[in-house]
Amino acid sequence: MAQTDTNSGRAPARKNIFHTLEIDLRLLGMIGAFIAVCLVFNVLTDGRFLTPRNIFNLTIQTVSVAIMATGMVFIIVTRHIDLSVGALLATCSAVMAMTQTDWLPNAMGLEFGHPLIPWIAIGVGLLSGLVIGAFHGYLVGYLAIPAFIVTLGGLLVWRNVAWYITSGKTIGPLDETFQKFGGINGTLGATGSWIVGGLALLGALYALYAARRNKVKHGFPVKPVWAEFLLAAIIGAAILGFVAILNAYEVPTRVLQRTFEQAGLEMPEGYTQSYGIPISVLLLIFLAIAMTIVARRTRFGRYVFATGGNPDAAELSGINTRWLTVKIFALMGALCALSAVVASARLTNHSNDIGTLDELRVIAAAVIGGTALAGGIGTIHGAILGALIMQSLQSGMAMVGVDAPLQNIVVGSVLVLAVLIDIVYRKRTGGA
Amino acid sequence: MAQVQKQGVTPLVDMRDICISFGGVHAVDHVSVDLYPGEVVGLLGHNGAGKSTLIKILSGAYQADSGEIYVRGEKATITNPRDARALKIETIYQTLALADNLDAASNLFLGRELVTPLGLVDDDAMEAETRKIMAKLNPNFKKFNDPVSALSGGQRQSVAIARAVYFDAQILIMDEPTAALGPHETQMVSELIEQLKAQGIGIFLISHDIHDVMKLCDRASVMKNGQLVGTVDVDDVTDDDLLGMIILGKKPGAAAD
Repeated sequence: MAQTDTNSGRAPARKNIFHTLEIDLRLLGMIGAFIAVCLVFNVLTDGRFLTPRNIFNLTIQTVSVAIMATGMVFIIVTRHIDLSVGALLATCSAVMAMTQTDWLPNAMGLEFGHPLIPWIAIGVGLLSGLVIGAFHGYLVGYLAIPAFIVTLGGLLVWRNVAWYITSGKTIGPLDETFQKFGGINGTLGATGSWIVGGLALLGALYALYAARRNKVKHGFPVKPVWAEFLLAAIIGAAILGFVAILNAYEVPTRVLQRTFEQAGLEMPEGYTQSYGIPISVLLLIFLAIAMTIVARRTRFGRYVFATGGNPDAAELSGINTRWLTVKIFALMGALCALSAVVASARLTNHSNDIGTLDELRVIAAAVIGGTALAGGIGTIHGAILGALIMQSLQSGMAMVGVDAPLQNIVVGSVLVLAVLIDIVYRKRTGGA
Repeated sequence: MAQVQKQGVTPLVDMRDICISFGGVHAVDHVSVDLYPGEVVGLLGHNGAGKSTLIKILSGAYQADSGEIYVRGEKATITNPRDARALKIETIYQTLALADNLDAASNLFLGRELVTPLGLVDDDAMEAETRKIMAKLNPNFKKFNDPVSALSGGQRQSVAIARAVYFDAQILIMDEPTAALGPHETQMVSELIEQLKAQGIGIFLISHDIHDVMKLCDRASVMKNGQLVGTVDVDDVTDDDLLGMIILGKKPGAAAD
């Protein structure tokens, strides 16, 4: 609604097609930038960038940063910052790795491979993240230490707590079920992916219908019917296209052969199998929907944006902004733990440097995605798109063979440029 | 004083012997004011006289160091804005206290959102309610889907007023409600005050415009340097008497009890 909508309806004179469709122009700009990045790299890599295989890899590489970026939106919207997310991810990852490989098997007598192990480990990890995040929030909200300082300290503390817990060793391999959250080791397959895609399509159509019905009920102006249908068609094509691409990435023949051999079977001639949607990507999609609902449709989300827009007004409206700060940082901590599940599962082990520099990637993703550091403005989908743009740049340059230092120089420059464009855009449209 | 005139009627608000200091400065120093139903009491004084601070104690933004507040005859503990709202005390702040990035409906219901049976914020219902109350307060108001940063000063003011009026306030605090308004909008606010008064609502009107006070208020309490100079019936005094109280801090002999 208002907090994301900085342009539509501003000038009644601007009755173009985007206005009619009620599409956020800024979102469109980001999608445009993303498509441009993809097309340029596709040309530079002779078509290797936009293959199902690379798109599959891009999505699973983006998930970990994207999960944390959704939480960073709330942090930045309330005019705070969290520099400790990478370190916190490492601590949560270390706790989960130690829980499943050492503490549960050795101290609790639960054998490695026991079906309960991954779930207990994830639970312990989420709880750790939640508690540490809440502690940060307490220091910021109740003791009034600037978030920059609290989380800068946290960066050092939690990075080294992880080191201390694991004695700096790489811990692995992790539980097999746990590894399914990493990406390539856990996918839905072709049929499962189509079912999920179909459900997503039905859900999206229902959401469009319900929104329109509600507006009609209250007698508000609605989009023309053709616009609704066009929007539905675009959304439908995007969902089903995404599923089709991921399903087009097939498991390499030699991997299949090995699987059949392990099972003691002969692989049938011409047998193929698709990867489909990775579980980690599905997790991100569910999280994105949940966080969007939290941001737009819950009191908590409303208070986050109100506090970011005008902290005094929020306080005078009876919002307990200190407790709100604790909740926001606790949520960020839990999301770091969730990212830790995905990141360590993707690597199949916990390594000492996991999540290094993630704080910068996460902040950059949120900011490129349109979250204003001055507070009050930001969207979940923007942050995820920001993460995707960053990851595309990084992998694209790696595929083209750009030297590592140059890659980081480009990514850093893009961050600054993105904020500049955003400032200019906001001035032009008169947005906050 | 006023108690004599209104014998037998319980005051809506009775603030007794209120003190608050910030870093050694006595911002409010043993001040007592009261407010009866259907009455407008003006709070006058220079900038820094302590009138906004006094009123923020009533609205829950500050907590008094000492003194007591009685609301409808009962002792009240107001430790935050939620307590004040629960006592049907609503405030229109001089700064308006609007979240600029949210739309009118979100601001109007901030802290008291309407929710669906699932507990989710019901934006459409809130917008519908906002449209209803705006149709009464300011029929020209049309920008329901824009952030309030896109609104004019008068439109922003109407959002702040709507927020105070919508929730059936019995005690209304208006801090310089016409400071940012043009003549037409000032007139609208004056009419609104008359209307609310007729409904039996008690209003504290903070102002440094003596003409406003003479026109709209029944009584006026004048403050200077954190202390109460005195409370007078507006009908008993002249503009010059009030000016003398504000500038010299002296109560005119004619208005003394």
